[in-house]
Amino acid sequence: MTALDDVVVKDGVDQETVDAVKGLSGTYKHGWNTEIEMEYAPKGLSEDIVRLISEKNDEPEWMLDWRLEAYRRWLKLEEPTWAMVEYPQIDFQDQYYYARPKSMAEKPKSLDDVDPKLLETYKKLGIPLKEQALLAGVEPAPEDRKVAVDAVFDSVSVGTTFQKELAKAGVIFCSISEAIKDHPELVKKYLGSVIPPSDNYYATLNAAVFSDGSFVYIPKGTRCPMELSTYFRINAENTGQFERTLIIADEGSYVSYLEGCTAPQRDVAQLHAACVELVLLDDAEIKYSTVQNWYPGDENGKGGIYNFVTKRADCRGHRSKVMWTQVETGSAVTWKYPSCILRGDDSQGEFYSIAIANNMQQADTGTKMVHLGKNTKSRIVSKGISAGKAQNTYRGLVSMHPKAKNSRNYTQCDSLLIGSKCGAHTVPYIEVKNNSSRVEHEATTSKVDDDQLFYCRSRGMDEEEAVALVVNGFCKEVLQALPMEFAMEAQALVAISLEGSVG
Amino acid sequence: MPAERKTAVTDERLAALTLPAGDGWLRAGREDALGRLRAVGLPGRRDEYWRYTNPAKLVQADPEPSQPDAGEDPFAGVDADVITIDGDGITMPGTIEGLDVTTLSDAGGADIHWAKDLYGTLEAAGSRPVSRPLAMLNTAFATDGLVIRVTGKVARPLHIRTTGGTDPILHHVVKVEAGGALTILESGNVGARYNTALEVDVADGAAFHHLRVQGPDGGMHANTHIFARLGSEATFRSFTLSANGQLTRNEATIDLTGDDASATIGGAAFGDGDVHHDDTVFVTHDAVNCESRQVFKKVLRNGATGVFQGKILVKEGAQKTDGYQISQALLLDDDAQFLAKPELEIYADDVACSHGSTTGAIDETALFYLRSRGVPKRVATDMLVLSFLAEAVEEIENEDLRAHVGDLLTDWQARA
Repeated sequence: MTALDDVVVKDGVDQETVDAVKGLSGTYKHGWNTEIEMEYAPKGLSEDIVRLISEKNDEPEWMLDWRLEAYRRWLKLEEPTWAMVEYPQIDFQDQYYYARPKSMAEKPKSLDDVDPKLLETYKKLGIPLKEQALLAGVEPAPEDRKVAVDAVFDSVSVGTTFQKELAKAGVIFCSISEAIKDHPELVKKYLGSVIPPSDNYYATLNAAVFSDGSFVYIPKGTRCPMELSTYFRINAENTGQFERTLIIADEGSYVSYLEGCTAPQRDVAQLHAACVELVLLDDAEIKYSTVQNWYPGDENGKGGIYNFVTKRADCRGHRSKVMWTQVETGSAVTWKYPSCILRGDDSQGEFYSIAIANNMQQADTGTKMVHLGKNTKSRIVSKGISAGKAQNTYRGLVSMHPKAKNSRNYTQCDSLLIGSKCGAHTVPYIEVKNNSSRVEHEATTSKVDDDQLFYCRSRGMDEEEAVALVVNGFCKEVLQALPMEFAMEAQALVAISLEGSVG
Repeated sequence: MPAERKTAVTDERLAALTLPAGDGWLRAGREDALGRLRAVGLPGRRDEYWRYTNPAKLVQADPEPSQPDAGEDPFAGVDADVITIDGDGITMPGTIEGLDVTTLSDAGGADIHWAKDLYGTLEAAGSRPVSRPLAMLNTAFATDGLVIRVTGKVARPLHIRTTGGTDPILHHVVKVEAGGALTILESGNVGARYNTALEVDVADGAAFHHLRVQGPDGGMHANTHIFARLGSEATFRSFTLSANGQLTRNEATIDLTGDDASATIGGAAFGDGDVHHDDTVFVTHDAVNCESRQVFKKVLRNGATGVFQGKILVKEGAQKTDGYQISQALLLDDDAQFLAKPELEIYADDVACSHGSTTGAIDETALFYLRSRGVPKRVATDMLVLSFLAEAVEEIENEDLRAHVGDLLTDWQARA
């Protein structure tokens, strides 16, 4: 029985949508934990802990200095309070910043050497760390549906698949701790160049204490031969996860990258503060998809993950293109704004988001599109659904700088409320500083592509039907583009429509 | 602005002001506002609601020297009862049926007065959740104002024309009793700097219409506030036509507290040159089946900046709300800019709230169409500008006044 059972839904809201949200609010299926021997750094945060994390990762001096500088800066910062989320004061001294399975004390030489318990964990999550079958229960996929996985368990990467095959194409895909040792020139050049350690409270904290994460480099003119993904699992209690992902797409390259996250069901809230930096050079393209399914806490708001994430793409090159797609169903508190700096001329940024908040969940999420280059384009489609006593906020910025001539933005954000105890909020910032650019922000469904609408209407649909078809078709298209790994979770979302939106 | 700096700015401004004499209810209202102001301090650039408008010139101890243009009366020819407020005082009209008007200073001298329950009350309510320190300053230090009670349907508009003064702070209180109706016209380039507040209580079934003209021209720095509270089936409509002025910040805070109430707030602004024009609107739906509209259009060029910060807050239980908000800017050249924050905050599920915001240059296709019909570029641009602003002017309900504002716009446009 969920809180949604006795909710009277207003007219116009699609019953299938309500059922889909109800389905998601059932028992959290990834809430089990793995019994495994762990070693922890001492509880709390201090310079010594920062040094310890650096030492555990066997890092060079420059990396430690970088971390320490961030840590000292963080001490002077204040936690931001502008987001529409409320949570008890976080005691940063009352948690662990480093937790690693004992069997990972020495990095396994190959996937065969990885602790079977860890392999079992990922298998249970539907992400077998094998370079063969993709997903249990799914028909054998065609060759081109291979997905390489980097599996991050608490503070460490436990293994990365298909590394050799990727290396043949010149693609580097490894944990960031390995990259710091093996590719210091790339890491030094790009780490912190998109999200400087001084960026914001949580990014600064992350710069000080990040323990692992994924690193990707796609060389010039290379189309990554398979999809890449990272699966984040928090398992240890009272432990924060701080991972850092850095993806560099060199000139003319392409990569599709996927990210998934789950955590056990626990009574005490846990912190997750990640940074994701994407660098795109001329003509590069990155498609970054996330299915965020951290434990959301119970129906009374007990437990759950506090998800404070900074994600940013820097379209440094001309004609580069980045696409963020996110499906947010988990976390007790979400604070996340995947952004695009459209620096190169003719670069493009896209943000597609579906955020579903139920029970006591709070999500404050959106994007920033900063147009600096000429002829840059951005598109934002955000759909927020609130149920139970949840609060769901879209917060976004579209900024057209004076030099971003002939640029375009189109934003559409819709919200749907299921029940009378939840909230849906929209906080867009629009800054236009030249007159050859055009910015449109709509929270109604009247501004979909005119050609598509005309096509539908010429087939005899009325306007409302046509708009619904185009919008929903678009939404489903995004969801179906999600990789197989996430298909099962996403399937439930495909039924969601935004009919009956409040604005 | 760090806290110490904020306190210093506030102290400096307050040192230049003295609470007007008196010891009655008005004094108590002033002291209450002063206490609230001291608690929050005057606004600074880092305050969320001032991120797009620098309040420095509004909060500094002395106003920037500038010569406001007395200008022509924009409502000349409109059949109305006129009240003039200038450096010499307030000139009242004769008796008007359904209307009881006095000055704030006279009302404040009376031991018992109905305005006691309103003065500063709506302002204080409107300072939650977003504090409005310049309105608090107004309540505390208002030099004078009008206290108006509407007991019936007033036939002719009441025109408040304010001129003169260097740094006036005016505070008007209007109470429209059940079934009453009043239209207020507001005009005049008040001074180098001015701060006005208008508190309006619209009782059940009552109607209040407000039409204001700011400009054209004048070097003033203006900060105006409207605080309205609407009862059941009450109507509130306010429209402001603005042109230029150094800095204009028009704030409106509207609370729909009775079922089936309706509020519309709109504005058309023309900014040419180094001017800054800001509309900040906060509409709260706290009753069932209410409707609200925010319609703002700005045409900007030659370095002009337009700002729109609009919010619709739908409280829990305010079902069947119909909220609408649109802000649009036409940038006539590359030096103009438009900064907007159109917000929704919704806690009720059976509502429809939509908001839209667009910014861009003149539609090239429309321009081409007109030019292909032999209309010179300049004339074609003017036509498109007028038709763009006309959509906002449509929000004025009274046909004659709507036509009058349309004529004013055309006239201003021709002179620009």
